[in-house]
Amino acid sequence: MVRILYFAKLREDLGKSAEDLDLPGDVASVAALRSHLMARGGAWATALAQGKALRVAVNHDMADAATPIKAGDEVAFFPPVTGG
Amino acid sequence: MPTIRVQTEDFDVGAEIARLHAGNPKVGAVASFVGLCRDVNEGDAVATMTLEHYPGMTEKALAGIVDEAMARWSIMDVTVVHRVGEMKPTDQIVLVVIAGAHRGEAFAACEFIMDYLKTRAPFWKKEQTAEGARWVDARATDDDSAARWSAGEKSAA
Repeated sequence: MVRILYFAKLREDLGKSAEDLDLPGDVASVAALRSHLMARGGAWATALAQGKALRVAVNHDMADAATPIKAGDEVAFFPPVTGG
Repeated sequence: MPTIRVQTEDFDVGAEIARLHAGNPKVGAVASFVGLCRDVNEGDAVATMTLEHYPGMTEKALAGIVDEAMARWSIMDVTVVHRVGEMKPTDQIVLVVIAGAHRGEAFAACEFIMDYLKTRAPFWKKEQTAEGARWVDARATDDDSAARWSAGEKSAA
Protein backbone atom coordinates (compact mmCIF):
# COMPACT_ATOMS: atom_id res chain seq x y z
CA MET A 1 0.00 0.00 0.00
CA VAL A 2 1.24 3.49 -0.86
CA ARG A 3 -0.27 6.84 0.05
CA ILE A 4 -0.70 9.07 -3.02
CA LEU A 5 -1.36 12.82 -2.78
CA TYR A 6 -2.36 15.33 -5.47
CA PHE A 7 -1.98 19.09 -5.16
CA ALA A 8 -3.15 22.36 -6.72
CA LYS A 9 -4.42 22.22 -10.32
CA LEU A 10 -3.72 18.50 -10.55
CA ARG A 11 -5.94 17.84 -7.51
CA GLU A 12 -8.76 19.81 -9.16
CA ASP A 13 -8.32 18.11 -12.54
CA LEU A 14 -8.43 14.66 -10.92
CA GLY A 15 -11.13 15.51 -8.36
CA LYS A 16 -9.07 13.78 -5.68
CA SER A 17 -6.58 14.96 -3.06
CA ALA A 18 -5.38 11.63 -1.65
CA GLU A 19 -5.79 7.87 -1.93
CA ASP A 20 -4.27 4.65 -0.64
CA LEU A 21 -3.37 2.17 -3.32
CA ASP A 22 -2.13 -1.41 -3.38
CA LEU A 23 0.44 -1.55 -6.15
CA PRO A 24 0.95 -4.47 -8.52
CA GLY A 25 4.41 -5.99 -8.19
CA ASP A 26 5.67 -4.44 -11.40
CA VAL A 27 4.84 -0.88 -10.28
CA ALA A 28 8.05 -0.04 -8.45
CA SER A 29 9.07 3.39 -9.71
CA VAL A 30 7.62 6.86 -10.15
CA ALA A 31 7.39 6.35 -13.92
CA ALA A 32 5.57 3.03 -13.49
CA LEU A 33 3.13 4.52 -10.98
CA ARG A 34 2.37 7.40 -13.34
CA SER A 35 1.62 4.94 -16.16
CA HIS A 36 -0.46 2.80 -13.77
CA LEU A 37 -2.60 5.83 -12.84
CA MET A 38 -2.89 7.00 -16.46
CA ALA A 39 -4.36 3.62 -17.37
CA ARG A 40 -7.52 4.68 -15.48
CA GLY A 41 -8.27 6.79 -18.55
CA GLY A 42 -10.32 10.00 -18.65
CA ALA A 43 -8.93 12.86 -16.57
CA TRP A 44 -6.17 10.57 -15.30
CA ALA A 45 -4.80 9.93 -18.79
CA THR A 46 -5.01 13.64 -19.64
CA ALA A 47 -3.69 15.22 -16.47
CA LEU A 48 -0.79 12.79 -16.03
CA ALA A 49 0.15 12.54 -19.74
CA GLN A 50 3.81 12.60 -20.67
CA GLY A 51 4.82 16.11 -21.63
CA LYS A 52 2.68 17.66 -18.89
CA ALA A 53 4.86 19.65 -16.51
CA LEU A 54 4.57 17.57 -13.35
CA ARG A 55 6.71 17.25 -10.27
CA VAL A 56 6.82 14.23 -7.99
CA ALA A 57 7.95 13.84 -4.40
CA VAL A 58 8.58 10.54 -2.62
CA ASN A 59 8.52 10.69 1.18
CA HIS A 60 8.74 14.52 1.07
CA ASP A 61 11.83 14.63 -1.17
CA MET A 62 11.73 15.74 -4.80
CA ALA A 63 11.93 12.66 -7.01
CA ASP A 64 12.27 11.82 -10.69
CA ALA A 65 10.89 9.16 -13.03
CA ALA A 66 13.44 6.58 -11.92
CA THR A 67 12.93 7.01 -8.16
CA PRO A 68 11.90 3.64 -6.66
CA ILE A 69 8.60 3.24 -4.81
CA LYS A 70 7.84 0.62 -2.16
CA ALA A 71 5.00 -0.20 0.20
CA GLY A 72 4.57 2.40 2.92
CA ASP A 73 5.85 5.29 0.81
CA GLU A 74 4.06 8.61 0.42
CA VAL A 75 4.09 9.76 -3.20
CA ALA A 76 2.88 13.22 -4.23
CA PHE A 77 2.15 14.50 -7.74
CA PHE A 78 1.89 18.25 -8.32
CA PRO A 79 2.46 21.04 -10.87
CA PRO A 80 5.71 23.07 -10.85
CA VAL A 81 5.74 25.14 -7.65
CA THR A 82 4.80 28.84 -7.56
CA GLY A 83 5.45 30.07 -4.01
CA GLY A 84 7.44 33.04 -2.82
CA MET B 1 19.28 28.02 15.05
CA PRO B 2 17.34 28.85 11.89
CA THR B 3 13.65 29.65 12.29
CA ILE B 4 11.26 28.30 9.64
CA ARG B 5 7.54 28.93 9.87
CA VAL B 6 4.58 28.28 7.56
CA GLN B 7 1.56 30.18 8.84
CA THR B 8 -1.69 31.86 7.86
CA GLU B 9 -1.04 34.93 10.05
CA ASP B 10 0.81 38.02 8.90
CA PHE B 11 4.36 38.68 10.20
CA ASP B 12 6.14 41.71 11.66
CA VAL B 13 9.33 42.34 9.65
CA GLY B 14 10.86 44.66 12.24
CA ALA B 15 10.25 42.21 15.06
CA GLU B 16 11.69 39.30 13.06
CA ILE B 17 14.84 41.29 12.20
CA ALA B 18 15.29 42.45 15.80
CA ARG B 19 14.87 38.91 17.13
CA LEU B 20 17.42 37.47 14.71
CA HIS B 21 20.32 39.58 15.96
CA ALA B 22 19.18 40.36 19.51
CA GLY B 23 22.06 40.08 21.97
CA ASN B 24 24.57 38.97 19.34
CA PRO B 25 27.32 41.60 18.90
CA LYS B 26 29.01 39.45 16.24
CA VAL B 27 26.26 40.30 13.73
CA GLY B 28 27.34 43.17 11.50
CA ALA B 29 24.84 42.76 8.68
CA VAL B 30 21.21 41.78 8.34
CA ALA B 31 19.76 41.28 4.84
CA SER B 32 16.05 40.74 4.37
CA PHE B 33 13.57 40.12 1.58
CA VAL B 34 9.79 40.53 1.72
CA GLY B 35 7.56 39.17 -1.07
CA LEU B 36 4.20 40.90 -1.49
CA CYS B 37 0.89 40.09 -3.15
CA ARG B 38 0.45 42.31 -6.25
CA ASP B 39 -2.84 43.55 -7.68
CA VAL B 40 -2.05 42.58 -11.25
CA ASN B 41 -0.57 39.49 -12.95
CA GLU B 42 -0.37 38.61 -16.65
CA GLY B 43 -2.33 41.80 -17.38
CA ASP B 44 -5.35 40.95 -15.22
CA ALA B 45 -6.49 42.52 -11.97
CA VAL B 46 -6.07 40.14 -9.04
CA ALA B 47 -8.72 40.41 -6.31
CA THR B 48 -7.39 37.77 -3.92
CA MET B 49 -4.84 34.99 -3.96
CA THR B 50 -4.89 31.63 -2.22
CA LEU B 51 -1.68 29.83 -1.35
CA GLU B 52 -1.75 26.06 -0.97
CA HIS B 53 1.15 23.96 0.29
CA TYR B 54 2.17 20.39 1.06
CA PRO B 55 2.31 20.15 4.87
CA GLY B 56 5.28 18.09 5.96
CA MET B 57 7.23 18.43 2.74
CA THR B 58 7.15 22.23 2.82
CA GLU B 59 8.95 22.45 6.15
CA LYS B 60 11.47 19.80 5.10
CA ALA B 61 12.18 21.52 1.77
CA LEU B 62 12.66 24.91 3.43
CA ALA B 63 14.94 23.41 6.09
CA GLY B 64 17.04 21.80 3.35
CA ILE B 65 17.37 25.10 1.47
CA VAL B 66 18.37 26.96 4.65
CA ASP B 67 20.91 24.26 5.56
CA GLU B 68 22.46 24.56 2.12
CA ALA B 69 22.70 28.36 2.44
CA MET B 70 24.35 28.05 5.87
CA ALA B 71 26.85 25.57 4.44
CA ARG B 72 27.70 27.74 1.43
CA TRP B 73 28.02 31.13 3.10
CA SER B 74 29.49 32.30 6.36
CA ILE B 75 26.25 33.47 7.97
CA MET B 76 25.04 33.18 11.55
CA ASP B 77 21.30 32.79 11.48
CA VAL B 78 18.31 32.65 9.17
CA THR B 79 14.56 33.22 9.46
CA VAL B 80 12.11 32.12 6.76
CA VAL B 81 8.38 32.78 7.16
CA HIS B 82 5.94 31.83 4.39
CA ARG B 83 2.22 32.47 4.61
CA VAL B 84 -0.51 30.19 3.26
CA GLY B 85 -4.24 30.66 2.83
CA GLU B 86 -6.01 33.65 1.37
CA MET B 87 -4.21 36.94 0.73
CA LYS B 88 -5.07 40.22 -0.94
CA PRO B 89 -2.95 42.76 -2.83
CA THR B 90 -0.40 44.58 -0.60
CA ASP B 91 -0.34 41.65 1.86
CA GLN B 92 3.02 40.20 2.83
CA ILE B 93 3.58 36.63 1.57
CA VAL B 94 7.14 35.62 2.39
CA LEU B 95 10.02 36.82 4.55
CA VAL B 96 13.69 35.81 4.47
CA VAL B 97 16.11 37.35 6.98
CA ILE B 98 19.84 36.60 7.12
CA ALA B 99 22.18 37.66 9.93
CA GLY B 100 25.91 37.59 9.30
CA ALA B 101 29.16 39.40 9.91
CA HIS B 102 29.28 41.12 6.53
CA ARG B 103 26.76 42.23 3.92
CA GLY B 104 28.12 40.32 0.91
CA GLU B 105 27.44 36.88 2.31
CA ALA B 106 24.11 38.00 3.82
CA PHE B 107 22.85 39.41 0.51
CA ALA B 108 23.96 36.32 -1.45
CA ALA B 109 22.42 33.85 1.00
CA CYS B 110 19.14 35.79 1.03
CA GLU B 111 18.90 35.76 -2.78
CA PHE B 112 19.87 32.08 -2.93
CA ILE B 113 17.15 31.08 -0.45
CA MET B 114 14.48 32.98 -2.41
CA ASP B 115 15.61 31.52 -5.75
CA TYR B 116 15.54 27.97 -4.38
CA LEU B 117 12.29 28.52 -2.47
CA LYS B 118 10.56 29.60 -5.67
CA THR B 119 11.56 26.45 -7.54
CA ARG B 120 11.78 23.76 -4.82
CA ALA B 121 9.36 24.49 -1.98
CA PRO B 122 5.87 23.01 -2.55
CA PHE B 123 3.66 26.11 -2.60
CA TRP B 124 1.06 26.91 -5.28
CA LYS B 125 -0.75 30.19 -5.92
CA LYS B 126 -4.30 30.47 -7.20
CA GLU B 127 -5.58 33.90 -8.21
CA GLN B 128 -9.13 35.20 -8.22
CA THR B 129 -9.64 37.62 -11.12
CA ALA B 130 -12.70 39.16 -12.74
CA GLU B 131 -12.49 36.33 -15.31
CA GLY B 132 -12.56 33.67 -12.59
CA ALA B 133 -10.02 31.65 -10.64
CA ARG B 134 -6.77 30.44 -12.18
CA TRP B 135 -3.62 28.70 -11.00
CA VAL B 136 -0.44 30.70 -11.46
CA ASP B 137 1.96 29.12 -13.96
CA ALA B 138 5.58 28.52 -13.00
CA ARG B 139 8.01 30.84 -14.75
CA ALA B 140 11.03 29.67 -16.71
CA THR B 141 12.88 32.74 -15.41
CA ASP B 142 12.59 31.32 -11.89
CA ASP B 143 14.32 28.13 -13.04
CA ASP B 144 17.03 30.28 -14.63
CA SER B 145 17.48 32.20 -11.38
CA ALA B 146 17.85 28.99 -9.37
CA ALA B 147 20.27 27.51 -11.92
CA ARG B 148 22.70 30.40 -11.35
CA TRP B 149 23.62 28.84 -8.02
CA SER B 150 24.56 25.46 -9.46
CA ALA B 151 27.31 23.52 -7.71
CA GLY B 152 30.67 25.20 -7.47
CA GLU B 153 29.50 28.77 -7.92
CA LYS B 154 29.49 30.79 -4.76
CA SER B 155 27.73 33.89 -6.02
CA ALA B 156 25.30 34.67 -8.79
CA ALA B 157 26.54 35.97 -12.13
